[in-house]
Amino acid sequence: MSTVAGDTPEAPGQAGDPAQEPGLCPRSGAGASAPPIPRKAPTFARTAGALLRKELLVELRTLESVPGMSLFAVTVFVIFHFALNRTGVSGDEAAGILWVTLLLAAMLGINRLFVADAEEGGFDGFLLAPVDRSALLVAKALALLAYLVVLELVAVPAFALLLLEPSLGPALPELPAILLLGDVGVAVIGTLVAAMAVRTRARDLLGPLLALPLLVPVVIGGARATAPLLSLGHAAGVGGVPIRWPLTLALYDLLFGLIAYAVFDFLLED
Amino acid sequence: MAALTLDAPLAREAADGAAALEVDGLTRLYGEREALAAVSLSLGEGQTLVVLGPNGAGKTTLLRVLATLLRPHAGVVRVLGSSLPGEGWAVRGRIGLLGHEPLLYRELTARENLGYHARLHGVAGERVEELLGAVGMSARAREPVRTLSRGMVQRVAIARTLLHDPPLLLLDEPRANLDPAGAELVEPLIGPSCGRTRVVCSHDPQADLEGADLVLGLRAGRPALLAPPAAVEPRAIRELYG
Amino acid sequence: MLYGKGLRTLSIATVAAMATALCLVFFYAPLEAEQGFLQKIFYVHVPLAIVALCGFVIGGLLAIQHLRTRDSRWDMRSYVAIHMSLIFAVGTLITGSIWAKGSWGHWWVWSEPTLVSFLIVFLLYATYQPLRFAIEDPERQARYASVFAITAGAFVPMNFIAVRLSTAYLHPRVLGSTSNLPGSMALTFVVSLVAIALLFATLCKYELTAKHARAQLRALRRRLAETGTDQGDTRSARIPESASAEGACLPASVEEVATAGRFGV
Repeated sequence: MSTVAGDTPEAPGQAGDPAQEPGLCPRSGAGASAPPIPRKAPTFARTAGALLRKELLVELRTLESVPGMSLFAVTVFVIFHFALNRTGVSGDEAAGILWVTLLLAAMLGINRLFVADAEEGGFDGFLLAPVDRSALLVAKALALLAYLVVLELVAVPAFALLLLEPSLGPALPELPAILLLGDVGVAVIGTLVAAMAVRTRARDLLGPLLALPLLVPVVIGGARATAPLLSLGHAAGVGGVPIRWPLTLALYDLLFGLIAYAVFDFLLED
Repeated sequence: MAALTLDAPLAREAADGAAALEVDGLTRLYGEREALAAVSLSLGEGQTLVVLGPNGAGKTTLLRVLATLLRPHAGVVRVLGSSLPGEGWAVRGRIGLLGHEPLLYRELTARENLGYHARLHGVAGERVEELLGAVGMSARAREPVRTLSRGMVQRVAIARTLLHDPPLLLLDEPRANLDPAGAELVEPLIGPSCGRTRVVCSHDPQADLEGADLVLGLRAGRPALLAPPAAVEPRAIRELYG
Repeated sequence: MLYGKGLRTLSIATVAAMATALCLVFFYAPLEAEQGFLQKIFYVHVPLAIVALCGFVIGGLLAIQHLRTRDSRWDMRSYVAIHMSLIFAVGTLITGSIWAKGSWGHWWVWSEPTLVSFLIVFLLYATYQPLRFAIEDPERQARYASVFAITAGAFVPMNFIAVRLSTAYLHPRVLGSTSNLPGSMALTFVVSLVAIALLFATLCKYELTAKHARAQLRALRRRLAETGTDQGDTRSARIPESASAEGACLPASVEEVATAGRFGV
C-alpha cells in the first residue's frame, strides 16, 4: 500500500467534474458508469502497523506521555533518597525502589493511553473500519511497551547515578532482559485496564486501582529477579538469577496476553 | 472477531433486487428506557431517507445502529444485504458515517488523518489527495486539525467519510458548521445527486426534504411518521417537533 | 426462570450441614498439639478461602457465558458470585488474622501465602463495584464488568502461584497445611467445607431471587405506566403487593421484558 504522497501543487478549489472522477460519484445515471476505486483489505499486521504509526505520531507531536513518565521517575528517586535517608541502596532494596518507581511511572502512561481516542472520537473511526479489532490491542500494547523502554533508558541510568550503590555494569546483560519481560506484562495489562477505565467516570483513579493488584506478580517476579543482579556481591560473581522468576514473568505475559486478546473486543463496542 | 477477507475491489451495488436498507421492528434499549422502538422501513439503492425529530428522539441512535456501532436489541436490520449484528463485519467497509464528531485527531494534519483512515480501509494514498482536492482543503492539508476552523474540519470529515467510496452514506446534520461556499462545494459529493444511498438526519426539514425519497419522523424513539415527502404535510412536521 | 424454586430445601440443607460441622468441630475433632483450641479456626478459615476462590473463578466463567450469549441474566449471576466471594474473602482475611494473632502474636503475617494472596485478591475485587458504578450505560457496565471478571478470574490462580513462590523457601508453612491430616480432622474439615459451600450457594440464591423479583417488579410497573389498564391484555395489570423472596410467579412476556433490562442493586 503506498504511503501518503508528499506535497501536492496548491490549486484552490480543484474539483474535476465529479461524474467523471472514479469514486467521487458512483453513478450519474441508472447504472454504474465510473469504475470502483482500488482497495485491498488490510491484513492484521498492516492494521496494527497503521494504528501504531498513528499512535507514535501523536505522541511525537504532543510529547505528553514519555517525558512526563521519565521526569516522574527521576523525581521519585529523589523523594526516595529523602524518604529513606539513604545515599546508596543495593540488593532487595534497590530492586524494590526501581520496580515501584517504574510501575508508578507506568501508571501515568496508562492513564493517557486512550484519552486522545476517547475524546477525539478515535474509537468510532476505528470501529467503522473493516479490520480485526484486536489489532488495536496489539498496537496500543506495542506503543506502551515502546514508552516503557524509553522510560527505562532514562530511569535506569538515573537510578544508577542517584541511588544505586554497586555499579550497573555487572548487572547488564540480564537486567534489560528482566525489565523487558516485566514490561510486556505491564504493557498488556496496562492496555486492557486503560481501555476499561477510559470511558468511566473516575478514569484516572480507576486505572491504577485496577492495574496495581493485577501487576503484583510482575513486581514479585521482576524484583526477585533483579535483586541478586543489584547486590553488592554480584560483581564478584555471587548471586545469579533463580530461573523461576523469569519463568513466572513469562507465564504471566503469556497468560494475560491470551486473555487480553480474547476479551479486548468486548471493550470497544458502544 | 472474524477477520474480513477481500480479494477483489468491492462492487458498489448491493445484491440484485435487495433493498439497501431493510429494517423491521428495530428496538434498542438504554437500560430500561427505549432509545428506539418498533422502527420499520425499507430503502432502495440510491434513495435518500431523511430522519426528522426533536433532540433525544433517537436519530443519532438509529444512525449508529445502521453504522454497526450499536447492536439492535430486537428486530431485523439488514444493511446492504447483510443482517446485523451478526454480519456487521461484512458491511463495515461499505458505510460512510458522518456524525457529530469529525473523528479526526486534533494534533495530526488533515493529510495525516486521512492517510490513517485510508490505511485502515485499505485505500491507496492517491485517494487522499483526490478527496482533499474535492473538498477544497489541499492548501491547508499540512496544518494540524486543531488550527482549522469548524467549517474546514467538517469538510475534512466529509472527505474522511468518502475515502473508501461507500455505497451507503449515513449523515448526521452534514451541513452543520459549513458556510454557504463550503456547503456548495460538498453538495455534489454528499447531496442527493451523488448517486449513493443516503440516510440524512436533519434539523432543517425545509431544505432537506427536497432530495428525499422517504421521510421518517421519530419521537421518543418511536416512528411518528413514515412517508414519501410529497405525502408529508407541514402540520405533521410541526407536531413532530412540538 | 424462577430462582425461588428449591430455596427452602437448600436453606434447610445448609443449616443441617452447618450444625453438623459445628458439632464435629467442637466435640469430635481432637485438639491440636501445638496450637490448642485456636487451631479450630482452621475449619472455618480454610473452607472460607477455598469457597471464595472457587467463587471468584466461577464468577469469571459466568462472565464468559455472558459475553458469549449477551444475556444479562448471566451477568447478574456473575455479579452475585463475585459479590458473595468478596464477602467470604473478607471473612477469610479476618479469620486468618485472628489465627495469626493467636499463633504468632501479630495480626498480620507475611509468611502465610494464602493470607497474602487473599489480600491482593481482595484489593483487586474491591474495585469491581466501583468499576460498575462508574459506568452509566447498563449494557456497557455489564460488558466491562464481565471483562474484568474474566481477567480477575484468571489472575487468581496466577497470583497464588507467584505469591507461593515468593514465600516458599523462606518460612515453613505453619498455619494452613491441609496435607497429612489425621482421619478425624480430615472428616471434620470435609464436612466444614461442604457446609460453607452450601452456605455460599444459599446466600447466592437468596440474592439472585431478590434481585430478580425486584427487576420483575420494576418491569411490571413500567409496563403498567406505559400501556395503562385499558389494553385488553389480561395478564399485565396486577402488581403483587410484596415481592416475596420466594419469587413471584409471573407470565412469560414480562420475563422477557425484565431480562432485557438492567438489574438493580
